[in-house]
Amino acid sequence: MLQDYLLKEKMPHFWCSGCGNGIVLQSLLRNVDKQKWSRENTVVVTGIGCWGKADDYVRTNTFHGTHGRALAFATGIKLANPGLNVIALMGDGDGITIGGNHLIHAARRNADVTAIMVNNLNYGMTGGQYSGTTPKHAITKTSPYGHVEKGFDVCGVVRAAGAPFVARGTVFDVVQLNRLVELALLHRGFSFVEVISPCPTHFGRSNRMPSAPAMMQWIKDRTVPAAKAQAMSREDLCGKFVTGVFEDREQEDYSTAYQRVIDGLKGEK
Amino acid sequence: MGKLRFMQGNEAMTEGAIAAGARFYAGYPITPSTEVAETSAARLPRAGGLYIQMEDELGSMAALIGAVCAGKKAYTATSGPGLSLMSENLGVAVMGEIPCVVIDVQRSGPSTGMATKPAQGDVMQARWGTHGDHSVIALAPSSVQDCFDLMITAFNYAETYRTPVIFLADEIIGHLKERVMLRDPDEIRVVERTGPACAPEKYLPYDHSNGLAPLASYGGKYVFKVNGSMHDEAGRPCTSPRNADRVIRHLSEKIESHAEELTITREFRMDDAEYVVVAYGGTVRAALSAMEKARARGIRAGVLQLVTVWPAAEKEIGSAMLRAKAVIVPELNLGQYIDVIRLRNSRGIPVVGVNRVDGRPIEPADITAKIEEVSESCCRTIC
Repeated sequence: MLQDYLLKEKMPHFWCSGCGNGIVLQSLLRNVDKQKWSRENTVVVTGIGCWGKADDYVRTNTFHGTHGRALAFATGIKLANPGLNVIALMGDGDGITIGGNHLIHAARRNADVTAIMVNNLNYGMTGGQYSGTTPKHAITKTSPYGHVEKGFDVCGVVRAAGAPFVARGTVFDVVQLNRLVELALLHRGFSFVEVISPCPTHFGRSNRMPSAPAMMQWIKDRTVPAAKAQAMSREDLCGKFVTGVFEDREQEDYSTAYQRVIDGLKGEK
Repeated sequence: MGKLRFMQGNEAMTEGAIAAGARFYAGYPITPSTEVAETSAARLPRAGGLYIQMEDELGSMAALIGAVCAGKKAYTATSGPGLSLMSENLGVAVMGEIPCVVIDVQRSGPSTGMATKPAQGDVMQARWGTHGDHSVIALAPSSVQDCFDLMITAFNYAETYRTPVIFLADEIIGHLKERVMLRDPDEIRVVERTGPACAPEKYLPYDHSNGLAPLASYGGKYVFKVNGSMHDEAGRPCTSPRNADRVIRHLSEKIESHAEELTITREFRMDDAEYVVVAYGGTVRAALSAMEKARARGIRAGVLQLVTVWPAAEKEIGSAMLRAKAVIVPELNLGQYIDVIRLRNSRGIPVVGVNRVDGRPIEPADITAKIEEVSESCCRTIC
């Protein structure tokens, strides 16, 4: 049961009304439940920020570390005990901004970790400053005249870095999100799901979408399925959220490769 | 009987770590600690362990901590600039009470300084590098044999006190080659993590009411939370003033209240010593030579070696100061530790430093000259 994985002692949760984190957490825990992963054998690793608080509400093993380093902690956990199911939860601050270096190397290194990055396009926890995914021209507390930088195409970065499973969904399309999270959990090797999620409190309020429905509508209007995107021009795709699976292939994971080294050395002193 | 070998300090540290049961290394290469990484990469897979070179020191320290939570004994090696980067997650190890060993083969600084030149400039970084109140254990080897033996002690301290231990080496010892006895397993005492014995639903990873709570491992029969933020006994976030006060005091007291058990010192000709040289790490070797030279000239010199640098050896330093006419503190820095010694100077005797920051080791003659200088000055004062 989903309830077995949900820690309710800290409820009500601290996320703002209209935040998408609860939807992503539900999708994750439903899928963990569906796989019947034991709480003993599962570790949820979090970073810092709103989504980094997700471990407060999870009854599996958890590790709450430092800002941006969730994947590095998760790598150590997985490689020390390859039998564990390791899930890293990061926001866009954690995942691609402060933790960008860890993200590209985790993708390249291919330890069997599932990373779920909730992208709400700004730093929610500290009050709505710009992050590495904030779109150009967006207003935030630290870009009051319009952001001059471009945001990352995070899935593009992770894919280029060599991750064997890369996907993007939104909290608007929960059916698709559930499927993407399930595929990611089942994939052996580094798997990455980016989830576009609303932050009406900060991003929305600064960009003329102060309500949850307005932000949901905004996400919906900008969502383009991957198949449809193929026929669209680069210009038309500017500012859009292309969703779907971008990479899904088999590739020997780190632990398997290293174990072959250890086995090859057996008998040698 | 063990195996007699001729090797570098950095290599002996790796052998010591493996002998202590370490099977996981995560690090980022940096001079002059690199040979620890290289030896670990070659030796660990043969011992069924794992070496991983992370993308930077922040990631290294994080992976190390993760591996410990998953049940491994783990270590890393770095030098001053790398320790600066590791300090962030060293704080997680302190707050999360994660046992591990961080080798710091010190080089000249600040910043990238001089990569291949010896220094002892990280004494205070080891103590206070990460922010907030806490205590720390730091051991300083002065021989290649120390690199092997003390590494085992470092892991034992880490496991016993659930804390990171800094192995505060320096370039002199890291790159020194000499004879070392790699002791057999039956000759060494290794503290193994026993894990909790209570019922799984009763396990609280931070409930220290009956002594230090044992650390379980992910993947066993316990489900638990590890938290680098302020947490309650169960590892859940809790920022109540009462809880915060309890946790911070605990992080300090769990080490400070065991200072006497933790402080290893060595005394050389201290029985009748009037002029005491207090030294640690590679500098001890020059101090011993200087002591012999001073003795040959009729000056009663002795050496107090601080093998444990943190916590400070209150009792031994205090007792040396009660008997001495003067204390000489040679350091490869401008005097980072001398004030720690001066604090114990109840009789107001001269406490003088011999300091070098030019990238060269302190020579025995530098110390002998200082011993002679203070002995003459003390003599004049008394006469």
